[in-house]
Amino acid sequence: MSDRRKVKIKAFRFNAETDYLPYTKEYEMEVGKDELVLDLMNRIKWEHDGSFSYRRSCRHGICGACGIKVNGKPVLACKQNAIELLDLFNNDITLEPQSKKRAVKDMIIDKSDFWEKHEAVKPYVVADIDPEPKHETKQSITQFNALLDSDLCIQCGACHYACPALEVNPDYLGPAALNAAFRFSIDTRDNASIDRLELTSKAGVGVWDCVKCFECAEACPKEINPIEKITKLHNMQFEQKVAKRNIATKHAEGFVRSIKKHGFLDEADIVVYSEGYLGMYKHMKTAMKMIKAGKIHWDDALPWVDNVPKSKNLDEIQKLIDISMTNKLL
Amino acid sequence: MSQLHYALFTGCTAKQSTPELLSSTLAVADKLGIKITILEEASCCGASHLQDFDEFLAHVLNARNICYAEKLGLTMITICNTCQLNSAMTKHALDTNPELKARVNEKLAEVGLEYKGTSQVKHFLYCLIDEYGLDNIKDRVKTPLSNFNIAPFYGCHNIRPSELHNSSNGGENPYTPTSLDKLIDALDGHPVDYESKNKCCGFHVELQANHTSEVLTGNALLDAVDNNADMVVTPCPLCHLKMDTYQDDVSKVMGRDVEIPVLHMPQMVALALGCTEKEIGLDYHVQTASQIFAEANL
Repeated sequence: MSDRRKVKIKAFRFNAETDYLPYTKEYEMEVGKDELVLDLMNRIKWEHDGSFSYRRSCRHGICGACGIKVNGKPVLACKQNAIELLDLFNNDITLEPQSKKRAVKDMIIDKSDFWEKHEAVKPYVVADIDPEPKHETKQSITQFNALLDSDLCIQCGACHYACPALEVNPDYLGPAALNAAFRFSIDTRDNASIDRLELTSKAGVGVWDCVKCFECAEACPKEINPIEKITKLHNMQFEQKVAKRNIATKHAEGFVRSIKKHGFLDEADIVVYSEGYLGMYKHMKTAMKMIKAGKIHWDDALPWVDNVPKSKNLDEIQKLIDISMTNKLL
Repeated sequence: MSQLHYALFTGCTAKQSTPELLSSTLAVADKLGIKITILEEASCCGASHLQDFDEFLAHVLNARNICYAEKLGLTMITICNTCQLNSAMTKHALDTNPELKARVNEKLAEVGLEYKGTSQVKHFLYCLIDEYGLDNIKDRVKTPLSNFNIAPFYGCHNIRPSELHNSSNGGENPYTPTSLDKLIDALDGHPVDYESKNKCCGFHVELQANHTSEVLTGNALLDAVDNNADMVVTPCPLCHLKMDTYQDDVSKVMGRDVEIPVLHMPQMVALALGCTEKEIGLDYHVQTASQIFAEANL
């Protein structure tokens, strides 16, 4: 018994039907080295307070029901070792729902936003199916490998509720739905990839609202790395000619233009190129402050003035762009 | 200790809108006796945006940058989290995927280069901590930063994804990062503990999702202010640009005045090591920061 650790575990408590505000309760218990966060939750319910509520089902990291957060870190309760977490957070841990503002009862949240986003990307193969096929619809190993690991998603919501972009902009599809959009758009049997790419290219909704924080990659208990799939979707939008000329797409492709000219990014030009001269009024105030501080110069944005430092051996960079570019500029 | 020698990938911002980052980095290296060779051949890393347009092209350009560090037989160091991320992502992709490495090398061969995978890619912050050593830095502090409560802002691309970074960032845990806190401590400053230290600043969607960007910066800056920070310090010039330059806009979106200097990590170290006012370059900030030099030397 010597390797059992006596700790106080805190838990977020809230019942939307009876409580005005959430509160935190402490439960004292001994934790063994092989115990999981799910075991701690079971212990709270079975030994301390039968009203403590959480979702659980498979206990094998497959059903995705028991996703919660511990001190802000998304975990799948049935996969996360408890002692590891206690070590990480200095024996002071608080069990929290994935989203406090969506809490219904304790760890249980209203996950409808997650499912709505998922549904929007048609997370299934869209195809005309012969009801009496003569043989299976086969895929080659190469075709299957193109899915990467996106098919392993268990819809636990860890990435979705870790995403800060989604927290600010509720219209954003978020990493889980975008991973699913990639999963089915890259599938050679599917006929709806253009629809999905159009949806995921929409401003305020799709991939261009990803803030590139990698919280989703860190959160995923299946180690799927959703942002890798978001980058693939970005590339697919250019490949499939779905990308329209707008501030976000011009900002991405504008890097080629700058790098080809200087090796470095022309910081003033990328803003002018993305926004257009008419759109520059939004940036005038900031630009004036930056000029005053000496961060930029008054003539940086003038197309006939070239203040940008140049990489040595620029000709190599130019040649590499010419021979390596796989997508065409808009 | 034998002299440390690194190949510096400056990135774009240090050569343009944040000259104070380059001057303070070089001043710190000089004070500590670290030899720096600037990779003048290097290009932009793509900043996670070129990658959205053409991932393969971004790998080719980043591999080329690393080639020049390999030629010198040196570790390539970065002074921007996003340069670190994109260089490390290319290195990881090429080192683990022989087919991709061959495709990239086929292109590089056209300009007489070959990516081998022999150079490490490391952010200057972790060189200072893991290779130079906090105790050695502590011994060289001339101006202790004991007058300041300093809020460390880690920046996403040095800490996430941890699987990518852990070989070069001392195994920093993205949920409980400690490196900057320890550095502040070594300089005799008071590290501010606040929830937003490992959160996103919103820089990358500044143009296309401006509201999201302002709110994320606002959340972080106000969290630092509410925890009595005198300044924020970050190892990433993109976090610096977002957090320093847009405080007026952020104030409007958040409905509260936000006024706090945001320093680059090397500026803070340079201040403590007694570098000159010009080298530290606090006058290049939009949010007034030059008073910090006088306050530190009181």
